[in-house]
Amino acid sequence: MQINTVSKKKYFLSKKVDSFFAGVADAARFVGDYFTQLFKPPYEFSEILRQCYKIGVDSLPLISLTGFIIGIVFTKQSRPSLSDFGATSWLPNLIGIAVFRALAPLVTALICAGKVGSSIGAELGAMKVTEQIEAMDVSASKPYKYLVFTRVTASVFMMPLLMLYTSFVALLGSYINISANEHISISTFIANAFDKINFLDFKAAVIKATVFGFTISMVACYKGFNAIRGTEGVGKAANAAVVTSMYLIFIEELMIVQIIGWFR
Amino acid sequence: MQTEKEIVIDIKGLYKSFGDNHVLRGVDLEVARGENVVVLGRSGTGKSVLIKIICGLLTQDEGSVIVLGEEVKNINRKQLEELRLKVGFSFQMSALYDSMTVGENIAFPLKRNFPNLSKNEVDEKVDSVLNSVSLLKSKDQYPAELSGGQKKRIGIARTLVLRPEIMLYDEPTAGLDPISSIEINALIKNIKEEFGVSSIIITHDLVCAKTTGDRLVMMFDGVVQKQGTFEEVFDSDDERIKSFYEYNFT
Repeated sequence: MQINTVSKKKYFLSKKVDSFFAGVADAARFVGDYFTQLFKPPYEFSEILRQCYKIGVDSLPLISLTGFIIGIVFTKQSRPSLSDFGATSWLPNLIGIAVFRALAPLVTALICAGKVGSSIGAELGAMKVTEQIEAMDVSASKPYKYLVFTRVTASVFMMPLLMLYTSFVALLGSYINISANEHISISTFIANAFDKINFLDFKAAVIKATVFGFTISMVACYKGFNAIRGTEGVGKAANAAVVTSMYLIFIEELMIVQIIGWFR
Repeated sequence: MQTEKEIVIDIKGLYKSFGDNHVLRGVDLEVARGENVVVLGRSGTGKSVLIKIICGLLTQDEGSVIVLGEEVKNINRKQLEELRLKVGFSFQMSALYDSMTVGENIAFPLKRNFPNLSKNEVDEKVDSVLNSVSLLKSKDQYPAELSGGQKKRIGIARTLVLRPEIMLYDEPTAGLDPISSIEINALIKNIKEEFGVSSIIITHDLVCAKTTGDRLVMMFDGVVQKQGTFEEVFDSDDERIKSFYEYNFT
C-alpha cells in the first residue's frame, strides 16, 4: 500500500533562524492579545481581586523585610562617605533620592520576579502539562482571559502599590539607623527625605513599577503557557520566567531612566 | 426505503506532521449522528492527534475536517468557540482543574459560557450531571482526593454539562483497574443513549472498543487500515491486526 506524505517543509532562512522569528512573533501575539482583551468584557473582576491578593498581600512579608534591611544597610554604608565631608545631615536627602529614583522600583521588581514570576510560571506550566489549559480551551472557557489577563492586570495594579510600600519601609529602616546615630525628629527626616523628590520622580517610579509588573507577569504567563515535557518543563518554565523577566527589568530600567532624563 | 444518516464529522485526506514525524498520512473518516466510532491503534499512530484536530486544538497540514457542517480550519475564533460548545473532549488524564472542587470544575465552563445563569441554575445543572455519573457525593472534594476512575467520570461530566452533540474520548479506560474500566464503558454507552451524542472513542483497549463501539476503525502508521464492526475488523489475516487482538485477549 502506498502511503503519501506531505512534502518536506521548506525553511525561509534556516530552521533555527525561522524558529527564532516564529518564537518572537508568537510572543508578540501573546502580548498583543492582552491589549485586545482590554476592550472585550467581561473583565473577571473577582479573579483579578483574588490575584491582587496573591500578588500583593502575599508578597508583603518578603518586601517588608527586604525594604527595611535595604534602608538600614544603605544608610549605614553611605554614612562614612558623607561623614568625611561633614555632610551626614544630607543622609535623608540621599536616601530619599536613592529609594524613589532607583532602589524601590528595582528591588520590588526583582523580588516580585522571583516570588510572583516563579509562582505564575510554575502554576500555569503545571496546568499546561496536565492539559488543564487545553481543557479550558476546548470548553470555550477562554483560558487567556481567565489565566493571563487577570494575572497581568493584577500585577500591573499591585506593583506600584508594592513599590510605594517598599519605599515606605526602606525610609523607615533608614530613619531608625539615622536616629540611632544622630538626633533627628521624624518630621525633619521626612521633610529632608522628600526635599529633593519632585513629582517627576514619583511619576517615573510609578511608571517603572507598572512596566515591571506587566513584564513580570506577562513573561511568567507566556513561559507557563508554553511549558512542555512534564515536570521538567514546569521547572524550566518557572526558571525561565524569573531569569527572562530579570533581564527585561534591567533593560527597561535603563530605557526608562534615559527617557525620564530627557524630561528633567 | 433506507434513510441517509446525517454525517456530523467528515474527515477527508487528513495529513499532519511534527517535524519529520509524519503522524497522519491521509486519514478518511465519517461519523454519523448518534454513532459511537472507536478508533483503535498502537501508541503513536496519531489517534489523539486526530481528535485534537477535530476540536481545533491542532491544525492539519492538509485535508478537510468538517464538524457539524463547519470546516474547522477555516472558521474564526468566535465560530470555533461556538463549535466547541457542541463538541465535548474527555482527556486521557482527565485534566481536572486541581485548584477547584469537583463542583467548581463542572460549574466553570457553564459560568464562563453562560454568564447569565443564576447560581441556582448552575447548581441544578452541576447536580444533575454529577448524578448522571453517580458522583454527586464528591461535589465538594478536590481532584487530588479522587480515584483515577472517579476523575475520568468527573472529566466526562464536565464536558456533558455543556450538552455537547459530539463527544471525543481520549483513552477513556487507560490506567484504570478492570472494574473502573467497566464502569466507564457503561457510562459511555449510557451517555449515547441518554444524551443522544455521537462519539469518537480513542483507545487500544479492545474490551472498551467492543462494549462501546458501533463501528471500529483500525489505524496503523497514520492511515485507516480497516473499519467495520468488531467482528469484521478482527476477522483479518493482517498480522498487525491479529497481534493487536492477541495482545488484548490471549
